[in-house]
Amino acid sequence: MAERYGAPVGGDRPSRGQAVIHPSPSQWLDVAAAVRADGFDQLIDFTAVDYLTYGADRSLPEGVQPERFEVVASLMSHERRERLRMRVQVPADDPTLPTLFDLWPGSESLEREVYDMFGIAFEGHPDLSRILMPEDWPGYPLRKDYDSGRIPVQFKAASNVR
Amino acid sequence: MSTTDIAPAGAERVSRREPSAVLRMSEAEAAAIGGDPDDPGDDELVLLNMGPSHPSTHGVLRLMLELSGETVLRSKPVIGYLHTGMEKTGEQLTYLQGGTNVTRMDYASPLFNELAFSLATERLLGIEVPARATWIRMLMCELNRVSSHLLFMATNGMDLGAVSMMIYGWREREEVLRFFEKVTGLRMNHNYIRPGGVAADLPADWRADVSELIELIEPRLDEYDTLLTGQPIWRERLQGVGIISAAEAVALGATGPILRGAGMAWDLRRDEPYLFYDQVDFDVIVGTHGDCYDRYAIRLNEIRESLRIVAQIIDAVPSGDYRTQDKKVTPPPRARIDESMEALIHHFKIFTEGFKVPAGEAYAAVESPRGELGVYLVSDGTSVPYRVHVRAPSFVNLQTLPHLMQDGLIADGVAIISSVDPIMGEVDR
Repeated sequence: MAERYGAPVGGDRPSRGQAVIHPSPSQWLDVAAAVRADGFDQLIDFTAVDYLTYGADRSLPEGVQPERFEVVASLMSHERRERLRMRVQVPADDPTLPTLFDLWPGSESLEREVYDMFGIAFEGHPDLSRILMPEDWPGYPLRKDYDSGRIPVQFKAASNVR
Repeated sequence: MSTTDIAPAGAERVSRREPSAVLRMSEAEAAAIGGDPDDPGDDELVLLNMGPSHPSTHGVLRLMLELSGETVLRSKPVIGYLHTGMEKTGEQLTYLQGGTNVTRMDYASPLFNELAFSLATERLLGIEVPARATWIRMLMCELNRVSSHLLFMATNGMDLGAVSMMIYGWREREEVLRFFEKVTGLRMNHNYIRPGGVAADLPADWRADVSELIELIEPRLDEYDTLLTGQPIWRERLQGVGIISAAEAVALGATGPILRGAGMAWDLRRDEPYLFYDQVDFDVIVGTHGDCYDRYAIRLNEIRESLRIVAQIIDAVPSGDYRTQDKKVTPPPRARIDESMEALIHHFKIFTEGFKVPAGEAYAAVESPRGELGVYLVSDGTSVPYRVHVRAPSFVNLQTLPHLMQDGLIADGVAIISSVDPIMGEVDR
């Protein structure tokens, strides 16, 4: 099994020519720090996927335990013009990860968005609060068990129909 | 030149351990302690709400400002007023329908959304797009960059009191949109770039139309220079306002004119060429001071560079197919449907069920007028994406706002919001 920054690389299926590593949640910060030190100076993208109802083979590398949530961070090295994707499995019964804020301050609103949409908490985040939904919103909209159309919309007919 | 020279690593100023520019406070907390701005005896720090429907906030951006007198100490953008769950909607539309959804995110440059979505889908499918389709995509996207930056010129002028600029910017943009309407049928939200190519071929006289556009817009840009660029009031208003360094911009994830304005020559069209950008000549415009003036000048000159690219595309577009002939993603031509039952069924299947995309995940990024626009797709092997995530440049760029506004005046805040050029449809999605 190929290793990079101490984390398994790729899956059975190469991810369309794009470099992917799969650190475990306990490795997350250490691997991220190693990646940061290696010249990946910008956190380009940060998101999550809820694999609750995924029907196909996840094709994770050997030794990576599939979990319900997966957090995906895309990194850019401007110097080498290179991208790297980090995918980490986050269990449903304890959806927490340490924050990447201290390595890439740009993770602040992206992590808030993942918290807002998936309910994954980031320990040590300076302001972990909802960002797109109202502060008092119940539930996490991008989870697969959150139905769309669950909030009834009342359509009113025009009162003066001629 | 190595990139390290222009982007020193480290981001000390934006570290949480330093006094922060970001006001990290919930709405409820703010409501509980906010001072009374009408009370002359209250000379404590004042929390002021600005927006969401404020004429300078480009839609529905709301800011919580912590003020000492007229000086902004800390601020917090409060967003979500346009959130309609478009990523969730994307999980219910087929790959063919997906374009109609993503095109509405950054409504000032819809073709870039469609392009990023199509590139990600094509990466999953593993298909090649014909050369003509790729050139058409480039032509349309560069014209879209022109129209988007013209929109910026218009609103930036209006925000700073150069109201005639608003009319001029709108006037030129309309000419570009007229060409879009002729090609795609719509002024905005085109759904023109689709997985596999583009929806329709260019009209027969497109070369004349595009040449006319270039001839029309180029001299107008020189008029803008006369009107704004060299004008002392305009310079006073923008120079030295809203400064950010390259290291801060990189640390905060900023891309596009904000990053280039800070002096870092980074443009995906040159540094990670997609489509045929490696076959055209253009310059990456870079600023030195990272202030509002640099960001204004970069966008103005990027219009010139885009027109330069468009002029090269006119001569470069080859004849050929405007979409792939891969029958998996492209419906049979209209003429075949009349003579073949199988073709009719095939056509029906593609538009009802959609085409199946192999399981896996892929990310595709393009340089939109606002920065890196990326689409992350996860497929489970069906005809509907399992997850659609859009890396919206405006959303990430908005993080720079508190840092740009810190220690400035509220009045400069208006110039700064304008120079970040956020499109709220893409911030909130």
